[in-house]
Amino acid sequence: MDLYEYQARDLFEAHGVPVLAGIVATTPEEAKAAAEQIGGTVVVKAQVKVGGRGKAGGVKLAKTPDEAYEHASAILGMDIKGHTVHRVMIAQGADIAEEYYFSILLDRANRNYLAMCSKEGGVEIEQLAVDSPEKLVKFNFDPNTGIDDAAAAEIATQAGFSPEEVPALTEVFQKLWDAFAKEDATLVEVNPLVLTGSGEVIALDGKVTVDENADFRQPGHAELVDESAEDPLEAKAKENDLNYVKLDGQVGIIGNGAGLVMSTLDVVAYAGEDHDGVKPANFLDIGGGASAEIMANGLDVILGDDQVKSVFVNVFGGITSCDAVANGIVKALEILGDTATKPLVVRLDGNNVEEGRRILEEANHPLVTTADTMDSGADKAAELANK
Amino acid sequence: MSIYLNKDSKVIVQGITGGEGTKHTALMLKAGTNIVGGVNARKAGTTVAHKDLDGNDVELPVFGSVSEAMEKTGADVSVVFVPPKFAKDAAVEAIEAGIGLLVVITEGIPVQDSAEFFNLSLTKTGANGQPTTRIIGPNCPGIITPGEALAGITPANISGKGPIGLVSKSGTLTYQMMYELRDIGFSTSIGIGGDPVIGTTHIDALEAFEADPETEAIVMIGEIGGDAEERAAAYIKEHVTKPVVGYVAGFTAPEGKTMGHAGAIVSGSSGTAEAKKEALEAAGVKVGKTPSETAKLLREIYTAGEKPAPVESAKEAVADAAETAKEKSGGLVDKIRGVFRK
Repeated sequence: MDLYEYQARDLFEAHGVPVLAGIVATTPEEAKAAAEQIGGTVVVKAQVKVGGRGKAGGVKLAKTPDEAYEHASAILGMDIKGHTVHRVMIAQGADIAEEYYFSILLDRANRNYLAMCSKEGGVEIEQLAVDSPEKLVKFNFDPNTGIDDAAAAEIATQAGFSPEEVPALTEVFQKLWDAFAKEDATLVEVNPLVLTGSGEVIALDGKVTVDENADFRQPGHAELVDESAEDPLEAKAKENDLNYVKLDGQVGIIGNGAGLVMSTLDVVAYAGEDHDGVKPANFLDIGGGASAEIMANGLDVILGDDQVKSVFVNVFGGITSCDAVANGIVKALEILGDTATKPLVVRLDGNNVEEGRRILEEANHPLVTTADTMDSGADKAAELANK
Repeated sequence: MSIYLNKDSKVIVQGITGGEGTKHTALMLKAGTNIVGGVNARKAGTTVAHKDLDGNDVELPVFGSVSEAMEKTGADVSVVFVPPKFAKDAAVEAIEAGIGLLVVITEGIPVQDSAEFFNLSLTKTGANGQPTTRIIGPNCPGIITPGEALAGITPANISGKGPIGLVSKSGTLTYQMMYELRDIGFSTSIGIGGDPVIGTTHIDALEAFEADPETEAIVMIGEIGGDAEERAAAYIKEHVTKPVVGYVAGFTAPEGKTMGHAGAIVSGSSGTAEAKKEALEAAGVKVGKTPSETAKLLREIYTAGEKPAPVESAKEAVADAAETAKEKSGGLVDKIRGVFRK
């Protein structure tokens, strides 16, 4: 889960990383009050989980609380690259002398952690990495040792900081490592990390991604979920412990196993090319055991999507046998009754497939068509969605 | 031959007394796996009752630790079925004990835990300087050498033995592909897992399949996220002489959304299915648009005729393998099996 800037700021503060005052506001009135509380010049910053908000006009300087009110009025509700701004952060104005870059991230390729640092911050770091790779220090380290004093000093020195500058940076780097490790983060990025006129090192803007698999030991992370920004169908699926992602298409998809479901989306998209470009409407993985209840919950979510015109159920019976899946589908349709109104194409393969197909044929549900292969099922579902 | 796992592997199950552990221990035994015991510190000294391949009763001992299990049974493989909360401790225990192969099935392990136990494994090296423990997973279906052994949850009845080596990030796509090619059969099929940090990689498996005389062609299945497929493509170009066909899932996945597997996410412009497909094709790998097309490509490469007749089911395959081994060993296999039945 990616955090908003204000959430990252709060998290940094909790781990002793130096930050400036910042208050989140959802209305111009709150923005004005926050500016009054902080005092002096403030920055009104759109809170969206996407880059480039400065260019889009989502970051404005306000010299007075009234100006903060005005800017907040303009920024709230703004669309930045498809993200609607629901919140602004009122941040204390900074006296910036230098802008640096620092991040810690999970390095998937090397299967350890990577710290990156540059004396040239405040810019697109991906661009810097391409244009002047020598200015970006990359430091891989063992997750079991982390960033200790020596490692932090080495990173700062390699990045070209002078011996006088190193100690202050070392302290901040270690606190950011502390935040990364203790919050189960996969990314902690500070851009820019600034040196103020008075010589302090401060994290001015932060990006943090936390690992949802660690939610069981991070009770505080539940509060970071922005329910207002969630798609209502995704929220409903989540309540039922379903792994669902809403997409923009007409063929609802249910399958078992993440890889097979992703593959099913692709196969439906290819099949859709022959049917006026119909597309998959969602990703839904019902996992290994396709019980009637899980199947009914899944169908319920999918049929709640008004865009959906047909549903393709693609299940490979591995541990679960196909007769259990077929029974699940038949019972799910019973549970849903009249609310199930869209045609279902069912493709079963694998363990006990003959029995599974026989159960579906016997039930002879008017909405259900069976398919022998994934490709033919996808084609049939696309055809039905295009009617 | 096969890779990483064969009929001689002595397998223990961490979490053998739990629900998943119990269910899959039974299935692994049915697939012919030589399971020699399990681990649960709270139930040390007890046994669990199961049936072996031939339906005979077996009592599997439950040990207090992996090191004790290894000492008493000579186990060299451990399969982990413990819940995410305790998975790191289980893995660390097995690595510290020096198990040869550690298969972590558990889904939902915090990635920092996986990064920690994987990096720990790198520091525990043997005489050859290589890590003693090879990790497969986490969040994977494990590994099957049809007709010999299963360390994981792959259904053993999908396909029998044959000349194809398969490596995949996804469980159900593995099953799908094995099903499509069940008439040809598999030397070993390995699911490496869909997490951001995994032990055995596509490259490791490719290297092992290249070296395995029994493997004649390789199927490699990837999905969005990371750049493992791109690196595997570069490796294939340099080092793999056997034919490889590929499949990549997730062309329709939107940016920034996790698609089921924790590692399956397109971040910005990186990790896309398109980039992976292009990299594989640039390395001379034929990439199928769909699983069935991928199977067709493999079929085209693999010219049937002089190859051994396909085996219909795992049960027969196991019987065949046992028969062959029996012939070669003069009944020794039966004697060994008899020992473990006691």
